[in-house]
Amino acid sequence: MNESLLRELVPAVIGVLVRRGADFAAAEDAVQDALVEAVRVWPEDPPRDPKGWLVTAAWRKFLDAARADVSRRHREARVEDEPAPGPAAAVDDTLQLYFLCAHPSLTPASAVALTLRAVGGLTTRQIAQAYLVPEATMAQRISRAKRTVSGVRLDRPGDVATVLRVLYLVFNEGYSGDVDLAAEAIRLTRRLAARIDHEEVAGLLALMLLHHARRPARTGPDGRLVPLAEQDRGLWDTRLIAEGVEVLQAALGRDRLGEFQAQAAVAALHADAPTAEETDWVQIVEWYDELVRLTGSPVARLNRAVAVGEADGPRAGLAALAGLDPALPRHTAVTAYLHERDGDLATAARLYAEAARAALSLPERDHLTRQAARLNARLRG
Amino acid sequence: MAKYLLLKHYRGAPAAVNDVPMDQWTPEEVSAHVQYMRDFAARLEGTGEFVDGQALSPEGTFVRYDGEGRPPVTDGPFAETKDLIAGWMVIDVETYERALELAGELSAAPGAGGKPIHEWLEVRPFMAEPPTVTE
Repeated sequence: MNESLLRELVPAVIGVLVRRGADFAAAEDAVQDALVEAVRVWPEDPPRDPKGWLVTAAWRKFLDAARADVSRRHREARVEDEPAPGPAAAVDDTLQLYFLCAHPSLTPASAVALTLRAVGGLTTRQIAQAYLVPEATMAQRISRAKRTVSGVRLDRPGDVATVLRVLYLVFNEGYSGDVDLAAEAIRLTRRLAARIDHEEVAGLLALMLLHHARRPARTGPDGRLVPLAEQDRGLWDTRLIAEGVEVLQAALGRDRLGEFQAQAAVAALHADAPTAEETDWVQIVEWYDELVRLTGSPVARLNRAVAVGEADGPRAGLAALAGLDPALPRHTAVTAYLHERDGDLATAARLYAEAARAALSLPERDHLTRQAARLNARLRG
Repeated sequence: MAKYLLLKHYRGAPAAVNDVPMDQWTPEEVSAHVQYMRDFAARLEGTGEFVDGQALSPEGTFVRYDGEGRPPVTDGPFAETKDLIAGWMVIDVETYERALELAGELSAAPGAGGKPIHEWLEVRPFMAEPPTVTE
């Protein structure tokens, strides 16, 4: 049994239970229980109709839980064994689940966990492993999230932007465990793009594909970070790049630019350069100008300064840093790089060492420490 | 989310406000303290923020490599001036401010006279994974 096929079914099965009258939290629990049973039973005894099997199993789990609940409270069963067919799906259940799980009342981490479980069909254990917390903690995080959205009705569309932020977080943050979160984020974004015609959904999908394409080149065999300029571009996944560029072009053609499209456009320009030297930095600066205009984000301005440094020289890059808070993550590292390009190795070495001390991850710290060590060795030599 | 270590010291942190050694408390005060710590961990599990909590014995030994074919050299225990870790709690929280808030609550654990100890806890961020999108 292909586990990813099984997981594809989860949102639709939750939708069936909700339409039969289960509330979202109970339906989601029941489907999760059925999922765990499916993983156990299907390898030996694969069902002819996987979705039908899951619906039946989940409905049985739901009834068991409801009965236990009812008998605890000495009340009459409010659910029948044989459910009424329920109203037909007027809206796309899966799409509604995306909105519900990314509801603005949820904290980002809760929205991520709930999305991975109810839309992604991952088990609590898998999600806990992906974020390096105990399973009991993740179970609580998910059940609190479900309580938070329990009053939200599933019948009207939500805000696409909140869904995109959650998917972006899944792609960009997390640990490498049993589950490949980046691949999972792409899978969920692809499914969303198939259900909703929105230029920023396409923009995010393109962004993910274009960055995922570089993954084989991003780390060396010893796990060290390889900066973009030094990556072996022969390792980039050309199929993903082609798909990303195609998705992006279709999105840009609609002439409704958004931040994910602009970021994807930068990634596409990098992907398009056969060597680092051939990168079209002038165009990249223009896309960063758009991104700064769209978001006002200091991170975008920091990245723009790097691009300006490549397009117009390091002095121009340093000038573009003016007004940015030096406490911004990577600000010191970027300043160090621009000083090195400008030939001021002593300042660059000092700033690389400072950036290493403030690094937020071990691979970044190691990379920055090596940069400082490399320049210090040259300065001594 | 980001992970933080809340570090509790036997020695080495600034003196607590209610700084009475535990063996001078009443047994009930000790029990109340232990219960507070348990409840705190359970509450954090309930909010989906608990990762780990451990206590360390005060006995510690320094060990170092002493060359090929030789047993490691040990040293210690050390004089009372040395920093000594008593235990830790690891939390996974949305913001740095939340980490500070929780450390503040943990520091309010009751001590002598049933009053908060106000002990100093050290809050240290964990290194995370590098983000994928950096440009």
